[in-house]
Amino acid sequence: MKRTTYLSLTLLALASVFTSCTNQGKKSNGALTSNAAERVYVPPGQYDEFYGFLSGGFSGQLGVYGIPSGRLLKVVPVFSQDPEKAYGYNEETKPMLNTTHGFIPWDDTHHPDVSQTNGVLDGRWIFMNANNTPRVARIDLTSFETAEIMEIPNSAGNHNSAFVTENTEYVVAGTRFSVPIPQRDMPIKDYKGNFKASLSFLSVDQDNGHMDLSFQIRLPGFNYDLAHPGRDKSHGWIFITTYNTEEAYTLQEVNSSQNDKDFIAAVNWKKAEEYIKAGKFTTEATEYAHNIYNEETHTATSTIKKEVRVLEASELPGLVYFLPTPKSPHGCDVDPTGEYIVGNGKLSADLTVHSFTKMLDAIENKKFDGEAYGIPILNFEDVLGGTVKQPGLGPLHTEFDDKGNAYTTFFISSEVVKWKVGTWEIIDRKPTYYSPGHLSIPGGNSQKPWGKYLLAMNKITKDRYLPTGPELTQSAQLYDITGDKMVLLSDFPTIGEPHYASMVPAELIQPKSRKIYNLEENEHAHATTKDSDVRIERNGKEVHVYMTMIRSHLNPDNIEGIKVGDKVYFHLTNLEQDFDVPHGFAVMGAENAELLVMPGQTETLVWYPKKVGVWPFYCSDFCSALHQEMSGYIRVSPEDSNIELSWGLGD
Amino acid sequence: MKTGIKSVAILFSLLLMACGGKEKKKEGFSVERAKTTTEKPAEAPADAGTPASERVDLTNKGVGPIQSVTLSPEIDQALAAKGKETYDQMCMACHKPDKKFIGPAPKGILERRTPEWVMNMILNPEVMIKEDPLAKDLLMEFNGAPMANQHLTEEQARAVLEYFRTL
Repeated sequence: MKRTTYLSLTLLALASVFTSCTNQGKKSNGALTSNAAERVYVPPGQYDEFYGFLSGGFSGQLGVYGIPSGRLLKVVPVFSQDPEKAYGYNEETKPMLNTTHGFIPWDDTHHPDVSQTNGVLDGRWIFMNANNTPRVARIDLTSFETAEIMEIPNSAGNHNSAFVTENTEYVVAGTRFSVPIPQRDMPIKDYKGNFKASLSFLSVDQDNGHMDLSFQIRLPGFNYDLAHPGRDKSHGWIFITTYNTEEAYTLQEVNSSQNDKDFIAAVNWKKAEEYIKAGKFTTEATEYAHNIYNEETHTATSTIKKEVRVLEASELPGLVYFLPTPKSPHGCDVDPTGEYIVGNGKLSADLTVHSFTKMLDAIENKKFDGEAYGIPILNFEDVLGGTVKQPGLGPLHTEFDDKGNAYTTFFISSEVVKWKVGTWEIIDRKPTYYSPGHLSIPGGNSQKPWGKYLLAMNKITKDRYLPTGPELTQSAQLYDITGDKMVLLSDFPTIGEPHYASMVPAELIQPKSRKIYNLEENEHAHATTKDSDVRIERNGKEVHVYMTMIRSHLNPDNIEGIKVGDKVYFHLTNLEQDFDVPHGFAVMGAENAELLVMPGQTETLVWYPKKVGVWPFYCSDFCSALHQEMSGYIRVSPEDSNIELSWGLGD
Repeated sequence: MKTGIKSVAILFSLLLMACGGKEKKKEGFSVERAKTTTEKPAEAPADAGTPASERVDLTNKGVGPIQSVTLSPEIDQALAAKGKETYDQMCMACHKPDKKFIGPAPKGILERRTPEWVMNMILNPEVMIKEDPLAKDLLMEFNGAPMANQHLTEEQARAVLEYFRTL
């Protein structure tokens, strides 16, 4: 009896510990009853099963995470300067951020999309958009560095971007904000009929990934929000949601939500290729920057291009059709078979799903319901494939698994809903914390999903983590989707605001990951690949220091004869040829950043000596037991001094 | 049953700790600053006293992929020239040909070391400084600066060895 009381008291206490543990600021924890911890735990020294590439939103960067652990592996600088890696600060990468508006140190990025072969993720490159000053970047997945950035002319608010066709033939980028094309000085109130949009097709060289702005399709002045290239049977088409078919230019919150239906634009890009071949384009003068980082010279170049080929949608039959879709659709998602096109009408009570087969039939039999600016509008009932009835409030995005299921995020009702493609029945729903935007399933936007995990990226974090003042980290939530019911496994914080994410099986990327840059292949114009080439050259007020770095010294480490008013270029070459031995370089009073030089690489930092004195420089990345010793001095003399230029190491 | 209760109690206290029960950490530290107690390598070499760089050992082949090297009586000048090229790029930052720098000078190395030892040192430095008694002593003699693995191929290392014969 006594023993039983003791036992129940203990159990009671135990239960209260559990409760107090889980009540720390949490309203809910769907993971408690399962073995969720085991399913996201990656033991020390072991690897995650997937790479997760999460857009960094208003940070402008790309976050690389291990999935399922949610561990942050790297932040790849893309559209914003990064003093940690000197991206956009060193002389080599400054051209990457050049545009026709000048040097742009920041942008807002939304949609990373992995290259595909035959509709399957192939892990070669990631393409990602800059929303504010329209650009598309290519990130190389051997170096995990930004390899190329293409500015998009005749565009504004490059939200509808960057989406990859199923053999990476094109990366497609559409305008969210319509604007006068070409840009000109005109009254805003004359928007209607005068403002236009562009859909840009960037072709991709399959050998080196280089992009080329092949052509643009000129479209009516609606807002083109998101897109999804056709898959499999619908390969050759791309589907694009529109809103603001009202063509409102003020108080859009109200004025762009008047029409009962907006459109999904179905664009036949194979037809566009035919029109290009037949010469049905006009060549327009424009300006856009094309920036490429060269892995041999370790240097980026920026070229301003002057022309673009344009196809006019209203004049070329068979190029574009409009599919009426209820209430300002946001996400536009195509299922793995390519048959169904999901319009996530963000103000609609139902999810609208169009049928590709029915669309082709409607086109063939001319089942039109009028036209908009010369573009045929197909009859809604004739293209409708199905409706998911009352699934939730505020649908935004849908992805797919490999078992014929679809998963849609609902912003207002804050949940993920699983439904069956074809029968449109709702199978499961799970809350998210809070208000998800995009979701991602590995390969969930392609022909071949790996239906193991679902990542919901939430717009609102509130009380999910320890508070950090008014500004909170963003939050992603991982679900296991292998069973009938989704299971919430974990929350993890993310950088910036993750919009879309791509998850890729690690085996597609890990074996190809670059370890070093080969010194013998270093073609940098200011490389010092031999210690015997270490030198300093003066050309008027410009001084070039050709410096090497190896564990654990900088050569030279004593420099004299520098004067106030000089412009000093430190060209640093890391002579190491071993994996994971980068060296840093920092010099007192530098107005830019440190350098972080990978083995075999050359990078350049510009320094303006402004004060007379002896100033230290040092390696800023702990490299060996003698790292603290990896430093030197530079003597700065008055402008009129006649101290000779000299340098040395251990002399 | 008793054991059951005990383990529940242990679990209980573990949970309390996991739940945020903090352990007090001891602050502060102390160091004995006696200068004479420098660490001695575990196996004191027979000729301790002679710096490792001057010691002669023509039997030790080192630890690594190279088991046997045959040197031709004549120096292969073409091979040596190739070796110099690699040496200048990959090695010179730490090894001046005839003067002690970050590491020892290679001049006359084959009078003190086997060719196998030299190549294993180039190709397998991380293991050599842990397992080879000479390499271990060299690390201490040279200020604790471990030799970097520059990932030369065996061919390149062989050429560098030939270059050393010309010094």
